[in-house]
Amino acid sequence: MKDFNLLALLLNPEFSAMLLSGLKVTLLVALGSWTLAMLLAVILVAVRLMPNRTAQRVVEAYVSYHRNIPTLVQMMLWYFGIASLLPDALQAWLAENQAEAVFAVVALGLCQAAYFSEDLRSGFRAVAPGQTEAARALGHSYVGAMRHVLMPQAVRNAIPALVNHSVSLFKNSSLAMAIGAAELTHAVKEMETRTFRAFEAYLIATVIYLLISLLIMAVGHWVERRSDLSSVGAR
Amino acid sequence: MNDLIQIVSDNWLLLLVGQYPNGPLGGLACTLILSVLGIALAFPLSVLIALARISRFALLRWPAAALVYAARGIPLLLIILWVYFLVPMLIGSNISGFTTMVVTLVIYEAAFLAEIVRAGIEALPKGQMEAARALGLSYPGAMLYVILPQALYNMLPSMLSQFVSTIKETTLGYVINVHELTFAASQVNNQLLTKPFHVYFILAVIYFIVCWSLTEVTERLERRITTRRQGGGRAQVRSAQAPSLSGARP
Repeated sequence: MKDFNLLALLLNPEFSAMLLSGLKVTLLVALGSWTLAMLLAVILVAVRLMPNRTAQRVVEAYVSYHRNIPTLVQMMLWYFGIASLLPDALQAWLAENQAEAVFAVVALGLCQAAYFSEDLRSGFRAVAPGQTEAARALGHSYVGAMRHVLMPQAVRNAIPALVNHSVSLFKNSSLAMAIGAAELTHAVKEMETRTFRAFEAYLIATVIYLLISLLIMAVGHWVERRSDLSSVGAR
Repeated sequence: MNDLIQIVSDNWLLLLVGQYPNGPLGGLACTLILSVLGIALAFPLSVLIALARISRFALLRWPAAALVYAARGIPLLLIILWVYFLVPMLIGSNISGFTTMVVTLVIYEAAFLAEIVRAGIEALPKGQMEAARALGLSYPGAMLYVILPQALYNMLPSMLSQFVSTIKETTLGYVINVHELTFAASQVNNQLLTKPFHVYFILAVIYFIVCWSLTEVTERLERRITTRRQGGGRAQVRSAQAPSLSGARP
């Protein structure tokens, strides 16, 4: 092993550019799939709570599919498999527009939506049943009761689980490397291959991942405390 | 549909055991061996980490907490790269992808299992430890004969679902060319070239069957343990919950 020299990587303009663009792709993939997952999870949980057996079954199947198949396999199925079934024009367009990152966002988003929707559902189960009845009695429609009365309480209950799964979504964005997206892990692997400075390269990535994960956990704790209403009544 | 059946009947042996008699054991067999080894070796380690996490001594508590946070905050893929690079340096000889994967899984799963074990210990009523100590058991004795047996039994479902996660995590071995199931499927895909959707769909179905059946077992076990813990009486449970629900109203 060569002498430890972190600056050899950080001060090299080519490598620092590689690192920054890798970090950008990682953040974009993570944020994109988080947004997609959250939107989808809200829809999934709303459908699942409808008094319609068929709708419930469909959501159950969706959740079961995404929770019992490895995320990497889902990503490969999208990138290698489903992509090959798309129309040629769309395939060509995707190939020019970072298809790897796009499919990583789609695969991660759809997969994580299953986890988020289960978190929200447990959040709903902890909301007292009288809340729905009260909201309906006050004249809210189903959607209105959901949006103004039930969802806020359910989300509040679900925050700790949602934060944990957000961290694992962020970590899972590194899987995009396996389908060739030029994200952070990919960038440091490339730096390692070119310079043989594995220790320094991996250390940089480890510090970045760890800092962002801890930041997500910290923000999660902050939101949890901010939204805790148990102290409001006392004030 | 015919294509799917054709691919499965041509390649089922490769997907099941890899190139086994003529090469390394691979495919689903390798995936399962990796997961079982990973969890089995991680388990004793995780109990030690959990005990360190709740220890009175900061010298034990801090390193254990650091390990748990590191495993929670660093992607598994990056840990694989670290192990692949560091372990040969430490032991002075190269290691195979399979060994790398086992070592990685043991470290990673030990950290996650430790949190499960800790939650199990902390969920027990405080009186258990106090009663055990009052009866004259030492702290290690109370842990070993009173606390751990109950905590580990209660946490069986969580551990089983951690095993399912481990099966899913072995797919990352694909990145360092471990001959597990995903690797076998990509070999099949490279031979056929024209049927990527079919091949990866079959791969997804195999994982689904394995993980889904284990998840079902987990859920059944969980129901059974809950009823047993609550003395088997459903009526008791309801009456115990009713006041707290109405009490939660603002």
